[in-house]
Amino acid sequence: MDTLTQEKLEEKFQAKIDADIKIEPNDWMPDTYRKTLIRQISQHAHSEIVGMLPEGNWITRAPSLRRKAVLLAKVQDEAGHGLYLYSATETLGVSREDTIDDLHSGKVKYSSIFNYPTLTWADIGAIGWLVDGAAIMNQVALCRTSYGPYARAMVKICKEESFHQRQGYEIMTTLMNGTEAQREMAQDAMNRFWWPALMMFGPSDGESKHTEQSMRWRIKRHTNDELRQSFVDASVPQAELIGLKIPDPNLKWNEARGHYDFGAIDWEEFWQVVGGNGPCNKERIDARVKAKEEGEWVREAAMAYAKKHKS
Amino acid sequence: MSASEWPLWEVFIRSKQGLNHKHVGSLRAADSEMALQNARDVYTRRSEGISIWVVQSALITASDPSDSEAYFEPADSKVYRHPTFYELPDGIEHM
Repeated sequence: MDTLTQEKLEEKFQAKIDADIKIEPNDWMPDTYRKTLIRQISQHAHSEIVGMLPEGNWITRAPSLRRKAVLLAKVQDEAGHGLYLYSATETLGVSREDTIDDLHSGKVKYSSIFNYPTLTWADIGAIGWLVDGAAIMNQVALCRTSYGPYARAMVKICKEESFHQRQGYEIMTTLMNGTEAQREMAQDAMNRFWWPALMMFGPSDGESKHTEQSMRWRIKRHTNDELRQSFVDASVPQAELIGLKIPDPNLKWNEARGHYDFGAIDWEEFWQVVGGNGPCNKERIDARVKAKEEGEWVREAAMAYAKKHKS
Repeated sequence: MSASEWPLWEVFIRSKQGLNHKHVGSLRAADSEMALQNARDVYTRRSEGISIWVVQSALITASDPSDSEAYFEPADSKVYRHPTFYELPDGIEHM
């Protein structure tokens, strides 16, 4: 294709984006738009799937049948969300199998929050409330993303996620109304998950290499720092209401800004965990690889059965 | 595609009696029966449907979006197909 046509196509594409017309799978799109989406949506899909592991750890030990049924439903939702997003990735012309192999080889990442262990039952509360809360903040914004299949998956995911955050907050509330030991357990989970939850929004705007282009293409509708601020503003009163302390001595309401000021994030820890050195990185990927390898014969047998019954 | 990769299916759901089946997404399954079961688990966990259709994605023929302007132009240029094209004399309110 000559450069003139290429330029015209890109101009037309940007005009569509600017007019808030969604891009659909077979529409012309710049290569980097396609690549950016494949990276972002597949990362998102992997996060849903890997995210089942820390919570799945507590299904057999949930403190009541009610909590167990709720946790099962939540983890099943995460599987569903991963599947919607793998389908959305496939509309961009990559195969699901290659996408999953990229996770296993470490070429594509998932949200670093899932590399932290779930040590107590309160962690299930903290994850639902804070981790899903942070994810929802991000995902609500993505419902208006420019790529049609991604936006549609997000709408469905957001509808389903709202119970996830509430069930987590309910666990925390119950613990805070319980014994001294239960309150301590809840505060301990809060202390461990608060900062990693803030890191979920990604590097600060100045450091984020993809933000500017993604904003122009309306893949992202808000910057990482904007979303992080909204999350802090929403979470602080929720914590205070049930008596949980935010583990940040610099947290303070700023009347002039109309937002909470908060302390500096330990980005060194973030990059260490992203880079593979978090407490559970190896365990998570090993579990995914094992699931794929040990399920191989089942998938083959199902295909063989399907072929036999077709003829 | 490896020997064990299942084909892709498109899923259509009727949300309630009296409405059309509507496309909701896709999934992978070895055969049509498994596609239906997976569609139930993936797309109707919250009573979204009372009926599901699945069809292998490879069997769908689609129009080309790059031709869409010319392809749909005949409909755009015929305003007289719409009731608002016609003037009604005063005194007639409903027709």
